[in-house]
Amino acid sequence: MPLLEMRNIVKEFPGVRALDGVSFTLEAGEFHSLVGENGAGKSTLMKVLSGVYPDGTFDGEILVDDQARHFRGIRDAESAGIAIIFQELSLVKELTVGENIFLGKEPSRFGVINWAELYHKASKLLQDLHLGIDPRVKVGSLGIGQQQLVEIAKALSQDAKILVLDEPTAALTESEVETLFGILEKLRQRGVGMIYISHKLDEVFKMSDRITVLRDGKTVATHNAAEIDKNKVIAAMVGREVGNIFPEPDHQNGDVALSVKNLSAYSADIADKKLVDDVSFDVRKGEVLGIAGLMGAGRTELLMAIFGAWQGRYSREIEIGGEPASIDSPADAIAKGIGFVTEDRKRFGLILEQTILDNMTLAGLRSISGRFVTNRTLETMAARGPMKSLRIKANSPLTVTGTLSGGNQQKVVLGKWLLTNPKVLFLDEPTRGIDVGAKQEIYAEINKLAQTGMAIVLVSSELPEVLGLSDRIIVLHEGRLTGEFTRDEATPEKVMAAATGNN
Amino acid sequence: MIAVLGLIWVYFHWATDYVFLTPRNLSNLMTQMSVTGVIAVGMLMVIVSGNIDLSVGAVLGFAGGIAAYAVTVMDYGLPTAIVAAVAVGVAIGIFNGALTAYLNIPAFIVTLGGLLAWRGAVKWLLGGNTIPISNETFKAIGNENLPLSIGWALAVVAILFVLFMAYRNAKSVKDYGLGDANYVGELLKAIIPIGGIVAFIWVMNAYQGVPIPVLILLVVALAGGFITNSTTFGRYLYAIGGNADAARLSGINNKRNIVKVFAVLGALTGIAALMFTARVGSAAPDAGVLKELDAIAACVIGGASLMGGRGTIFGACLGALIMASLDNGMSLLNVRDFMQDIIKGSILVAAVGLDMMGRKQS
Repeated sequence: MPLLEMRNIVKEFPGVRALDGVSFTLEAGEFHSLVGENGAGKSTLMKVLSGVYPDGTFDGEILVDDQARHFRGIRDAESAGIAIIFQELSLVKELTVGENIFLGKEPSRFGVINWAELYHKASKLLQDLHLGIDPRVKVGSLGIGQQQLVEIAKALSQDAKILVLDEPTAALTESEVETLFGILEKLRQRGVGMIYISHKLDEVFKMSDRITVLRDGKTVATHNAAEIDKNKVIAAMVGREVGNIFPEPDHQNGDVALSVKNLSAYSADIADKKLVDDVSFDVRKGEVLGIAGLMGAGRTELLMAIFGAWQGRYSREIEIGGEPASIDSPADAIAKGIGFVTEDRKRFGLILEQTILDNMTLAGLRSISGRFVTNRTLETMAARGPMKSLRIKANSPLTVTGTLSGGNQQKVVLGKWLLTNPKVLFLDEPTRGIDVGAKQEIYAEINKLAQTGMAIVLVSSELPEVLGLSDRIIVLHEGRLTGEFTRDEATPEKVMAAATGNN
Repeated sequence: MIAVLGLIWVYFHWATDYVFLTPRNLSNLMTQMSVTGVIAVGMLMVIVSGNIDLSVGAVLGFAGGIAAYAVTVMDYGLPTAIVAAVAVGVAIGIFNGALTAYLNIPAFIVTLGGLLAWRGAVKWLLGGNTIPISNETFKAIGNENLPLSIGWALAVVAILFVLFMAYRNAKSVKDYGLGDANYVGELLKAIIPIGGIVAFIWVMNAYQGVPIPVLILLVVALAGGFITNSTTFGRYLYAIGGNADAARLSGINNKRNIVKVFAVLGALTGIAALMFTARVGSAAPDAGVLKELDAIAACVIGGASLMGGRGTIFGACLGALIMASLDNGMSLLNVRDFMQDIIKGSILVAAVGLDMMGRKQS
């Protein structure tokens, strides 16, 4: 009898069938990995399981211990023994570790919290996991890896029978990963069933009993880990030859377009926390420079500090086209010919309730439309260029960006920066959460822009993307430059070693 | 919301034995809404930027007090009083904006403090007394009407302007190579504003002519509409209110624009103070009490979001007109004072509730 059985799950969003009849089983004490490309439906499936998408918003059955379950919300799933650790940390940074672990389940009597009991339980829990974390410190003061471990402690405080881990090691150092795997091994012995979502196939193979591959919302196959190898899993994930989605780079590197010297940046919240430590690099005209590193390595902070947009303290020297340049604000950076396709388009890139036209003209408004008085006609004409060249699928420039697909939204952000006529373009996670088709179009566009002589700085957490697009790669680890590779030298192993500080 | 206004008007017209929709009452109604309307135009811009200003009522009292003090006590001329009132408004606006933008104190707190402090300042300035306005020209700002002929002349100018804009719109399509110029279509679209202009002047002139405060409101509202729709500053306000991070990273100086928008509201509060003081004929310590809430209510009824990023000048003016219509209609019906407040409060919440329900469905 399986611990968990999901039968024929179908979940539809407007215009997309995210899950198309997925079935999945988990045994007690089993480590079952779920792999697949971004958008294959892994996270959606887990949201169905954990009640984020309540009963009735999807088709299919969920059985725990052979009993049909109908989760109306996360609480229902939790009380059935299902705990989930999402990709994005869901901790409250301003609360302490202990408060976070027991958030919503504080030991209390008549609504009065028993603090002594809370912290006692929390420190016991942390000790059981061999985590040397003080339950009374604020979560925000911990490193991202320790936060991840707190998140796991929180899940365990609920006596979970089924633990879902969505990319838990993305931000961890190697030693933290070892700690985590030690904990998971113990849980396995206790009979906890684990569903593990990861892109890191080494980890998947190291830990798994079984591996299920999802593609385009369907189950491709479930295998015993011992009976399959990595290449077969990759082939099943992509369902086609790997490597053909990156264009063949054919750009000539020219003079140095942007030179950054001795850049250091500090946390905006904790004054003395150095996030980028004395980094220097150049990027040439027509060159694609990849910046690799794990989450929290300081890549975004680096770009923000160059752009004059970092909100903490920072220092650096910048030369553009060989001339010293002073950049104190994004407006300065734009005037000097730097464009910045920021990460997290919904948070930093778009004004979701405004139209494509309004978003696309925002950064270059004064040069496109007029210094003080705007001209709609000129704006429409300007926006048509990128809409056409980037093949943005929308009825008109007046479509509200919030209604677009992720890929089209990303293209709007890219279009916004192309309209500022940049000489140097920063791209921070330009393809996160968008479908393969749109990715391929953005890759082609990056290549095309480099051909025109634009200098491109690409930050991406997807290693194949950095390797496939870059002429040269620099690697950051905990804010320091730990590696530099030409396209020919770079291998996933070398870059990963540098990114984890192991070279 | 236009439908709501229509319903309110029809109901009051019927309930007041056909007094409500007479030229005389409409003229009064428009005059009554003009002070709130002028403030609402500035408030709308502040709200669109994601901020709020609770101090405008107190600032109105203070700026009005300064103007009255200058004219009556110091015996300065009217121009000095006007400059002083507007300058006081702008200075306080810049102060509020700077504290909000550069010291990161929430606008709600900054202006809540202002609400108390500037009210105190009025009381101190006036020594608890009411200062009457002796200057007749000053009083005219709030009480006189445009001669009928000038009203019609303005109508002609306005109609010519509408026609010119229609022509320019049609022509720009052709000039920029976006298609053929559709002169007939643009002309048809111009019929509604032209009809509105004629009807407005005709109704106002059927009583005593366009009241000066109403003329000021029209000018302010048109300028506000132009700023929000057709200037980079206006677009930046919507961007900052819609997503402050995205705006900042797009090279917009959020802080400076927030100071500017508070300064604009301050200037308009100064103008409103002159209109209010002129209309009442004196400056009193309690002048403008609760005006901030009327202005905010007008914006919200008109569809502005207090979260920022959404709202129109037209909506804010419509909201002010709805509020003024309720005041005026209920007064005509001799609804008791406390009942008026209860009804106004309920309608404010209901109007926004309906608006939110409509939004959810779409």
